[in-house]
Amino acid sequence: MSQAKTKDHATLAGAFIKDEERVDWHDGALWYIREKRDIASKQIPEWEDLREAASQIKSHVISNLHEYLLQFEENLKKNGIIVHWADSAEEHNEIVYSILKAKEINQMVKSKSMLTEECGLNEYLEERGIEVVNSDLGEYIQQIDNEPPSHIVLPCIHKRKEEIGELFHEHLGTEKGLSDPTLLTRVARKHLRNIFLTRRGALTGVNFAVAETGEYVVCTNEGNADMGAHLSEVQIASMGLEKLIPQKNHLGIFLRLLARSATGQPITIYSSHYRKPRKGQEMHLILVDAGRTRQLGRADFRDSLKCIKCGACMNTCPVYRKSGGLSYHNTITGPIGAILAPNLDMRKHADLPYASTLCGSCSNVCPVKINIHEQLYKWRQEIVKEGYATKAKSLGMKTMAWTLSSPGKFTTAGKAGRWFLDKVPFVVNNKFNPWYKQRDMPEAPKESFEEWYNKKEKKD
Amino acid sequence: MTVGLFIPCYVNQFYPNAAKATLELLQKFGVNVVYPIKQTCCGQPMANSGFEYLSQDCNEIIIENFSGFDYVVGPSASCVLHIKEHLHSEKNEKQAASIRTKIYELVEFLTDVLKVEKLDAAFPHKVGLHHSCHGLRGLHLSQMSELNAPPFSKPQHLLNMVKGLEQITLDRLDECCGFGGAFCVTEEAVSVKMGKDRVTDHTKNGAEYITSSDLSCLMHLEGILHRNKSSVKIIHIAEILNATV
Repeated sequence: MSQAKTKDHATLAGAFIKDEERVDWHDGALWYIREKRDIASKQIPEWEDLREAASQIKSHVISNLHEYLLQFEENLKKNGIIVHWADSAEEHNEIVYSILKAKEINQMVKSKSMLTEECGLNEYLEERGIEVVNSDLGEYIQQIDNEPPSHIVLPCIHKRKEEIGELFHEHLGTEKGLSDPTLLTRVARKHLRNIFLTRRGALTGVNFAVAETGEYVVCTNEGNADMGAHLSEVQIASMGLEKLIPQKNHLGIFLRLLARSATGQPITIYSSHYRKPRKGQEMHLILVDAGRTRQLGRADFRDSLKCIKCGACMNTCPVYRKSGGLSYHNTITGPIGAILAPNLDMRKHADLPYASTLCGSCSNVCPVKINIHEQLYKWRQEIVKEGYATKAKSLGMKTMAWTLSSPGKFTTAGKAGRWFLDKVPFVVNNKFNPWYKQRDMPEAPKESFEEWYNKKEKKD
Repeated sequence: MTVGLFIPCYVNQFYPNAAKATLELLQKFGVNVVYPIKQTCCGQPMANSGFEYLSQDCNEIIIENFSGFDYVVGPSASCVLHIKEHLHSEKNEKQAASIRTKIYELVEFLTDVLKVEKLDAAFPHKVGLHHSCHGLRGLHLSQMSELNAPPFSKPQHLLNMVKGLEQITLDRLDECCGFGGAFCVTEEAVSVKMGKDRVTDHTKNGAEYITSSDLSCLMHLEGILHRNKSSVKIIHIAEILNATV
């Protein structure tokens, strides 16, 4: 029996690229955001110092995670927040379910949480009779289309306004053909207002958790985290272990970096601080590991935990812009997703570190200076070492290495470029060669440089 | 000063003119250039695919060939960067370390070591400069557009000395062309789309030639230009800097 296998990045990207006009539009939309980010970052003379400071603070946190987690837990408790620890995605989902069940809540509103996407929380709760509505507009659109987010900050960036109009027509009863973004947003807002007013349970993610105060900060542009939280009887926050910062004044670094890196805004419209439950309200915070401590144990990859989820690496990545976020078949997409995903399931995500030219632009825009492209290179070595490279690729590489292993073999094979024409995939002139599909091969010259040089040396 | 000339495998086989220009250019500046004939490859094709462990023989050949020189210079930013970052040897680590510090890409050798301020070159054409990512973000041949830092460009500095040459301005200053080594075949669709978009940026801004310090990028762009019967040509920067009327 054949088992349904996830298509790899190259296949999914190939399908996305078939509609070239859409790719150009998608690429342009994201490049526009990259340009906004450039302008915003260049208005601050100390930008590079901010990146360095943020990088060092995050390095410090992940090196002393144990202490900061305990300090944070203690302060949360002092503030009256109930603390939970989840080792895995399943455990996280069970905790959320048990909190809601104890209060007999069967409808919950959610905002700003890629972590719960990663955990598959919506599906888990829905199977148990609890309805979840994602209240961030982009995520809401993705939810009604039954599709995962394609980008961590701009979840439906791959959808055009006409497609969103069509979805709204189908699900929210708007007029057919209506695609004006302002009008569509108004309809969504009206619908979501009703959700906020009627939901007793609200869950948010966490952008920054302050160890010294036991508070957490959620950044939104729509104010939806506040709407959900302020109207709820039970407020839940889910956060990955790595979201900690030591002090409140460190927010002065991170909040300045986050929005500028993400969208080129000086700051998100709302930076909501949550510290204590209101009278009569219950507040829970779930600290989730789900593979993070395993990543912490990988010396080459632990720095990936510094990520503040701004999405700048996606916007700048030419591969991402041309291939669309869904081609990464992982909750966190793009370059950062490609270094986080293999930690979760190396076999399933063995293709992702290869979905890059290693151009290095991602590392340059990263506000916490994660060496993303170097980690992509290192994941490739790891994937081969663990035996997840295809047999054909291994054989090809071994043949190439054998030929290049001695000048004698190379010169014999290389005469008139014969070896290249036979063995190097991008110069084989036939329809089975992916190079030749849309590109001509270089013309083989009469003589190689070496042949020319040897003749010249003899003459001289 | 004796320089060991490092000519990457595919340049040797497909772009001998760039290699000849590199040799002649260095000689014009009075450098004693030696080309060790037993060269193969920097090992990057294996290493970038995750098979770095298979590139050890290549490393040993490089060490054998280039240990004796004051400098090693090659007309390929990508291969030079690979050696700078990944050349190691259990047997000869001292020599490996020494090569890692004395290897230069041609442009940076001209600007940083020879400190070239004047060139006797002419190339009366409109030229688009393609920054290879390894040259740009790896070797810092120019300032990177992502950073909030003062601009500079070593290749541009040299091209400015070439008579008659007009540099065109690109919409996207330093975007990757999509070659990416094995990426060009394993991610064929994305690679070609990236290449097409780079080519369009150059052609719509009036380039007659696209130049770079990396022929791997140029080979990829040339493949796309040829297939689309474009009159725009690619040329390695050494050939421009070595060109006379």
